[in-house]
Amino acid sequence: MRVRILAFAGVREIVGAAQRTVEVPAGATAGRVWDDLAREFPRLSEIARSTRLARNGALVERDAALQDGDELAVMPPFGGG
Amino acid sequence: MNAEKRSLAGRRELRRYSRHLLIPEVGLAGQEKLARARVLVVGAGGLGTPVLQYLAAAGVGRIGICDDDVVDETNLQRQVIYADADVGRKKAVAAAERVVALNPHVAVDPISHRLDVSNARELVRLYDVVVDATDSFGARYLVNDACRLESKPDVYGSIFRFDGQVSVFVPGGPCYRCVFPEPPPEGTVPTCAEGGVLGVLAGLVGTWQANEALKLILGIGRTLAGRLLIVDAFDARVREFALAEDPDCPLHGTHPSIVDVTEVVPRPQAPLVVPEIEPRELDEFLEATPDAQLLDVREPHEAVLGAPPSAIAVPATQLEARMHELDSAKTYVVACRVGAKSRWAAQRLHDAGFRRLYHLRGGLLAYAVTHEEFEVF
Ligand SMILES: [Zn+2]
Repeated sequence: MRVRILAFAGVREIVGAAQRTVEVPAGATAGRVWDDLAREFPRLSEIARSTRLARNGALVERDAALQDGDELAVMPPFGGG
Repeated sequence: MNAEKRSLAGRRELRRYSRHLLIPEVGLAGQEKLARARVLVVGAGGLGTPVLQYLAAAGVGRIGICDDDVVDETNLQRQVIYADADVGRKKAVAAAERVVALNPHVAVDPISHRLDVSNARELVRLYDVVVDATDSFGARYLVNDACRLESKPDVYGSIFRFDGQVSVFVPGGPCYRCVFPEPPPEGTVPTCAEGGVLGVLAGLVGTWQANEALKLILGIGRTLAGRLLIVDAFDARVREFALAEDPDCPLHGTHPSIVDVTEVVPRPQAPLVVPEIEPRELDEFLEATPDAQLLDVREPHEAVLGAPPSAIAVPATQLEARMHELDSAKTYVVACRVGAKSRWAAQRLHDAGFRRLYHLRGGLLAYAVTHEEFEVF
């Protein structure tokens, strides 16, 4: 199934794009998609514990199951003001 | 000051607010609510600028401006409440002057101290609404905790480059800790000073915060409580995310462990596996070590800063792909602008088998301070 990842701020910088579509096995969780992304971009691992995931516009925990066509937003905290 | 004395009825300043009085949701009753309201703005920087300007113009009766910083030239690109001549002045004082110049009916409390655990709760207690316009994670957790412990709404905003976040944390709903349970490790999320920020984004996000603060005072509309907005100035999109209260939130969950404000210190970064070189020692080190080379991992757009001529440039984002261009038997001093990306790059090279590695502490910015041929940004 396909999942669209939305990257913001520092994550967007590290991934090098605001959006990307990934192919994942059916039933994959939000955490699984994040782990794949962090494996591809090792710099993400250092902010893993303070980054939140949102599925289709609502914050979810890592174990939330995804469906084909879901949008997974990856939200690091921003510090600036 | 009692409500009677603050009443606007019959006062000349009514004309000033006529465009508010024409809106049924505000009207005279709303304008009087604004005149009686007290708002604490923590941080008089990029976000604080529009917040202060619009709250003052709207006739908020009392505004506290808490900031211990002075105006720096690099602030002027987005902190439009300050004039060129304010550089070097205390922000709380300079901003207070602008607020009074804009609306002399506003009482202003310039507070030139840092919000800290010793004063946060007492300060927050003096106001009705608190605006988090700070620029550090420690301050954000402090504002959040003090607000929740004192049952005050926290109007949150933060920015990075083209992206901003806005929300409202009110008692009975999710708080900042529910959304971000812990701060990122030291140095892993760049500040505006490290990563940059689009000046106008501060205006966009701060204006959202001003709007939310005014709605909370007026008791009108639907606030951002329970919702987080992400303002994407690059693609001109605003996305909304539903937040939920964390039943295990240490501040207000079923078994709260935080009963008073404490300093929130981000976890230190993983210790460096390679030795560090002080910026002032770099020239000497490179001269004394014939095979040593400065490895500049800044991104190409950051390199307008200039670099020592002997440096080899491999941007951090290209390090994986271009590692074969480097010789693991050689000596490298890894450097970036401020020393955050280079930490990661040094670790990565070490993992890949490079052993003669050094890390430039404080980055090329610190090096430039002692080398006049480089501009300091
Ligand atoms: Zn909470």
